[in-house]
Amino acid sequence: MKPAPNSLRLGPDERGHFGIYGGRFVAETLMPLILDLERAYEEAKQDPAFAAEMRDLQAHYAGRPSPLYFAERLTEHLRGAKIYLKREELNHTGSHKINNVLGQILLARRMGKKRIIAETGAGQHGVATATACARFGLECVVYMGAVDVERQKPNVFRMNLLGAKVVPVQSGSRTLKDAMNEALRDWVTNVENTFYCIGTVAGPHPYPAMVRDFQSIIGIETREQMQAAEGRLPDSLVACIGGGSNAMGLFHPFLDDPSIEIYGVEAAGHGIKTGQHAASIAGGRPGVLHGNRTYLLMDDNGQIKDAHSISAGLDYPGIGPEHAWLNDMGRVKFLSATDDEALQAFQLLCTLEGIIPALEPAHALAKVIELAPQKPNDHLMVVNLSGRGDKDIFTVADHLGGMK
Amino acid sequence: MTARIDARFKALREEGRAGLVTFTTAGDPDYDTSLAVVQALPQAGADLIEIGVPFTDPMADGPAIQAAGQRALKAGQTLKKTLALVESFRKSDAATPIILMGYYNPIYVYGVDRFLRDAKAAGVDGLIVVDLPPEEDEELCLPALKAGLAFIRLATPTTDDKRLPTVLQNTGGFVYYVSITGITGSAIPDTAKVIAAVSRIKHHTKLPIAVGFGVKTAEHARAIAEGADAVVVGSALVEAVRTSLDPQGRATAETIKAVTDLVASLASGVRAARRVAAE
Ligand SMILES: Cc1ncc(COP(=O)(O)O)c(C=O)c1O
Repeated sequence: MKPAPNSLRLGPDERGHFGIYGGRFVAETLMPLILDLERAYEEAKQDPAFAAEMRDLQAHYAGRPSPLYFAERLTEHLRGAKIYLKREELNHTGSHKINNVLGQILLARRMGKKRIIAETGAGQHGVATATACARFGLECVVYMGAVDVERQKPNVFRMNLLGAKVVPVQSGSRTLKDAMNEALRDWVTNVENTFYCIGTVAGPHPYPAMVRDFQSIIGIETREQMQAAEGRLPDSLVACIGGGSNAMGLFHPFLDDPSIEIYGVEAAGHGIKTGQHAASIAGGRPGVLHGNRTYLLMDDNGQIKDAHSISAGLDYPGIGPEHAWLNDMGRVKFLSATDDEALQAFQLLCTLEGIIPALEPAHALAKVIELAPQKPNDHLMVVNLSGRGDKDIFTVADHLGGMK
Repeated sequence: MTARIDARFKALREEGRAGLVTFTTAGDPDYDTSLAVVQALPQAGADLIEIGVPFTDPMADGPAIQAAGQRALKAGQTLKKTLALVESFRKSDAATPIILMGYYNPIYVYGVDRFLRDAKAAGVDGLIVVDLPPEEDEELCLPALKAGLAFIRLATPTTDDKRLPTVLQNTGGFVYYVSITGITGSAIPDTAKVIAAVSRIKHHTKLPIAVGFGVKTAEHARAIAEGADAVVVGSALVEAVRTSLDPQGRATAETIKAVTDLVASLASGVRAARRVAAE
């Protein structure tokens, strides 16, 4: 579809701005690299061979399309909207992260880069990157906060098996934001041969737009699948927000359908009021970090605050700039779910549908539990089930007082 | 007020030597000590002073300057207090140029116009904001120029001849050549390459060129000073602060002397250089 002139899907402008958000706030050393990347991506977008290679990998390596599944028992339980799950957890490597990684790795190959670096929180983006690097014989270094290395052990082991080097980051709060700092430091140092594979719709332009484009397959498939299942488009969309890539992937193809309600769910941690959360829209304000202007958690002096979430993948004090813009426009409504709400939703999906979700999309499910009962029975609600929960079972067991 | 910077480089040219630019972090390990350090710098041999504005997420800095920023933040340093520090320094020194170096977010949150007004009033001469490339000049660079502050830009090994004019366009005071691709304090620069890069940049600008990142000893400083108009030393100085602290991380009787001794030694290195490319 070609967007109309007043479309919400035209952004960013040529300098990477979504309204006042986005931009290219990076050190001079990186600026030429970012301009190179932008050029290479624009060329790849025009190249049918690139698109063909992507389609082939998505179908035969990642296992796309992912199913759109009618969650019958969850629907019966909540007695409201008809709930569909977009099963991104069934992708190879267990989350939506592979969609973006395959795109960026193909791009890195086109650019002749032999060394790939990535940051990871939950480890899902790290695992996806390590996987694609193994598939294409590329060196892979993954930066991961030391706290996350501890709480997402299974993914660290997976990355090691896949031949990646995992570097535990000891600086700052030792979580995702610090991993991103360290990846940027690596990139500034190894400019010649290194490609930085960012895992979400954040960072300097062109990353937010590029990652969104690679993730948009989620929403594009959902449109077709819902048409096939129900003969019409959905009425609402719900997704969790770390940096916002799984959410943007689902939302973007629907932004110009004004009747569709769109909900992003941030992590409220111990509760927004406690200050211990990762909800940058609910509890932050505009600032500049990691190459873009967006909503950030910070103090009155502009120092970035540590985020908190039970979910390592949502434990980030910022949000992609396009989400910030859509929030200000009122097009996407941002809600938040606490650690406890996410844990309850996690268990509900396990027992009602036989699906163990990752803790990240459990936040989206937590708000579905609130929203769905308020809707009529013919309301079609799609939740992005962005990842599977194998990586989280130890964390959940800890919180529920041990395995019984 | 690029006047102070211009006057200082003119004086250095007349003396026929390169300058020494020191970097220390405001508030490290506490406000009073960092002020005393800065006050002692000119006497010890610093020709220009860069003051680091602490930020929680210093993406272009290595472990030494990261740690200095964390010590300062822990001691309660803020941008407001950093401006107060400059104001105090100016009471006893009207000539040494002061350049604030840091990241954009604290300035953005303080408010650009308010910051420029307060910085100017405090006696700041120039700004280096690591995460504001020319592509974002409207944010702070252009307003700073209008307010009479120099916006000093970093040129790096990745800034090729095609890009240099863009980088130099709104630069004032001097050009800061980052001698390595990397973060502060990491590799030791290859002197011959650095001197070649400086002469490449000289083809594009009449501004003085300071070289930094990785300079640690008097001998490095001497070697770099043979080709550059000034040598910047940062990580080595904040390391001198760190090693002087007591086990609780507090300043000791040695702290100021640790910095000034190193500055004196670096200054002697810079002054010993036989300058190959004086102009
Ligand atoms: C399964 C899963 N969902 C969501 C996220 C959050 O990232 P984003 O908001 O970019 O989708 C992560 C991040 O690690 C994840 O692993």
